[in-house]
Amino acid sequence: MSSAYPIVEHQYDVVVVGAGGAGLRATLGLAAQGLSTACVTKLFPTRSHTVAAQGGISAALGNMGEDDWRWHMYDTVKGSDWLGDQDAIEYMCREAIPAVIELEHFGVPFSRTEDGRIYQRPFGGMTTHYGEGTAQRTCAAADRTGHAILHTLYQQSLRHDAEFFIEYFAIDLLMDDDGACRGVLAWNLDDGTLHRIRAHTTVLATGGYGRTYFSCTSAHTCTGDGNAMALRAGLPLQDMEFIQFHPTGIYGSGCLITEGSRGEGGYLTNSEGERFMERYAPNAKDLASRDVVSRAMTIEIREGRGVGENKDHIFLHLEHLGPEVIRERLPGISETARIFAGVDTSREPIPVLPTVHYNMGGVPTNFHGEVVTLAGDDPDVVVPGLMAIGECACVSVHGANRLGSNSLLDLVVFGRAAARRCGESIEAGSAHPPLPAGAEDRILARFDRLRHARGSELTAALRLRMQRVMQNNAAVFRTGDTLDEGCRLISDVQAAFAEVRVEDRSLVWNSDLAETLELENLLGQAVVTMYSAANRTESRGAHAREDCPERDDDRWLKHTLAWFGGQGVPRIGYRPVHMYTLTNDTKVIPPRARVY
Amino acid sequence: MAQFTLPADSAVRDGRTWPAPGDAKRPRTFVVYRYDPDSDENPRRDRYTIDLADCGPMVLDALIKIKSEIDPTLTFRRSCREGICGSCAMNVGGRNGLACISAIEDYPGAVAVHPLPHMPVVKDLVPDMSHFYAQYASIKPWMRSRPSPPDRERPQSKEERERLDGLYECILCACCSTSCPSYWWNGDRYLGPAVLLQAYRWLVDSRDEAAGERLDDLEDPFRLYRCHTIMNCTTACPKGLNPAKAIAGIKKMMVARSV
Repeated sequence: MSSAYPIVEHQYDVVVVGAGGAGLRATLGLAAQGLSTACVTKLFPTRSHTVAAQGGISAALGNMGEDDWRWHMYDTVKGSDWLGDQDAIEYMCREAIPAVIELEHFGVPFSRTEDGRIYQRPFGGMTTHYGEGTAQRTCAAADRTGHAILHTLYQQSLRHDAEFFIEYFAIDLLMDDDGACRGVLAWNLDDGTLHRIRAHTTVLATGGYGRTYFSCTSAHTCTGDGNAMALRAGLPLQDMEFIQFHPTGIYGSGCLITEGSRGEGGYLTNSEGERFMERYAPNAKDLASRDVVSRAMTIEIREGRGVGENKDHIFLHLEHLGPEVIRERLPGISETARIFAGVDTSREPIPVLPTVHYNMGGVPTNFHGEVVTLAGDDPDVVVPGLMAIGECACVSVHGANRLGSNSLLDLVVFGRAAARRCGESIEAGSAHPPLPAGAEDRILARFDRLRHARGSELTAALRLRMQRVMQNNAAVFRTGDTLDEGCRLISDVQAAFAEVRVEDRSLVWNSDLAETLELENLLGQAVVTMYSAANRTESRGAHAREDCPERDDDRWLKHTLAWFGGQGVPRIGYRPVHMYTLTNDTKVIPPRARVY
Repeated sequence: MAQFTLPADSAVRDGRTWPAPGDAKRPRTFVVYRYDPDSDENPRRDRYTIDLADCGPMVLDALIKIKSEIDPTLTFRRSCREGICGSCAMNVGGRNGLACISAIEDYPGAVAVHPLPHMPVVKDLVPDMSHFYAQYASIKPWMRSRPSPPDRERPQSKEERERLDGLYECILCACCSTSCPSYWWNGDRYLGPAVLLQAYRWLVDSRDEAAGERLDDLEDPFRLYRCHTIMNCTTACPKGLNPAKAIAGIKKMMVARSV
């Protein structure tokens, strides 16, 4: 097989897979420390989906009023519905401050206050004094913060001479017989060649898998390739049942309207013109946590108070904000609303609907970014040579529900942490031990099989089937019945993948094959998501079960692990939640009722 | 009038025609440039007729529908589908733009879809962007300043920050550069509007301290001065930016420092 596909060999100290916010922050940090660094990415870096993040990045800078990273930590733990690991959350909220200052030094064009400091806006679930007041903690570059950060990180990567493998599709991890990761095998779309990129450490930064769903804010390329590679390497994924629905995706297209629009004073109404969030979250109202708002909207629609001809969506009002606020702070979403909803935000409300947005689950890691797994009784065994950061990782700082503007933060804090960890543990230029013979035979066999797949099912048709099942059976509200049916249906789609058909046989920019590889990646994650959701018989954060409406800390204050080899049913296990802090500067926040 | 003749192996031929489905309510034809690097064949134009009654509103929706339901070999870049990533830049109906925010209804009749003009084509609608990206890197598009105070941000007034508006929003889609006749002609040495707009973004950033060096690097008959204010760039920009004005800004800075 390997003779049929000649392979170009490369050796680096570290290879980063993915060039979004996390991947680039790691890449530039690694290169700056003098480690030879490759960044393998299926997209040109500034096309990664971090570019679409709008509202901002949280950090308790206190530019707009008093703030404290401990309050940020409290909000994040509460937002996570106590499923987040508190040591990691402490690390993130404390490191937020230097990490964001550093972004400014890199050149991010943040919006400014009157006195020339970074502008910060209110965001959902962000409070002062442990839930008392409203915090202004979310640092913004108008409503294009992700774009501003991603471009700046790419510029810094250019400055530090990292080596980019652009439009290379990572096919699989190179694992040795001891379970260590030794690099990655990638396919260069531009000329069709295959590349073995060996490294002491491989950093997965491949983002989320929103495209398992029919309607999502995610880009077409958000297919969770790193998660799927981890599954194929025999590693578990963690907390995959927790899918965040963003309250304000544009009705129809699913394009994102930032939570910052509500941070700036926007609000939601139902068909009676009522600001219904006041009933569901008397204090935080429209700025309650995303899972809370999405559920409230879904209930309003279900009880017949949706707007529009079919009463199937909700209105988001910005008309009252005035043209100046919209021009200065929300110009991007006004443009998006005009293009995708035909709405002039200064005159009319935007039609919105809860839309799949973010994956709290992913590859389990510690707060250094090192991938961990459960081995015997030890839930924190580090997988040698493998790290994961950003949306593909489950550190877990977001637990059962992520707060808005904690995602961009997660990217830069853990991208930075991973680079530092590599700097401590890797000697630049050290020799690579030989790879076991035939290490990539299985990978090449799979690649070749899909390239020549001649079944009866077109990739796009199978993908649509998968997306419909996820949309119908693992939605905002779930029940045991919908999930059990979902397990059966998604396993059927998984089985049907054996009959997939690829029409394009070439190797140069074969996007038919790339989409088929992506579909196989998505399917594994869809299966794991559905079975993990069916398994968790409680409601917590984004996982809302109508047949088990209460949170059950006695039985379920633990992370789900799921292993899936591509056939049959995933194997489920658990890891404990870290109910301890990293330092004595703060105390553990014990579980209590979550009210906004 | 001058007659230009393409080399025989570059002439675009008529390709395959895929008729409308029999029950189409709103049939619309898309004429799409195809090039297969594995074959020795000339590029061709395939004609796909689809039913808009069962299709999203944008040109990208139509291309995805064609790829999903008719011809999976059709190849194009796409990612965010909301006009922010810049992947699906192409020439639609004779104008450069992003397929994802180009409404089909804005094009009368058959919609012609080609790759960005005057770029080497890798396959179908996928141009080779590597020279464009190398030009971007060549202007050293990163903050150059003395070390910053480690524990706080550099101050920047609202007015100073406002000077970056209309510049920092560039998505590097190359719609402007590949609409510029001067870039078509001298793209090997002329930086083109996108890269010059990026250069200007750093020149006017109050935090950057390398304006002199940056201007030195641009002071060249080709890199900067092949802009002849044709203004196609500004017409083409799908984000409503004005690269021509940014280039004029650079030229003014050049003059200002020489007097």
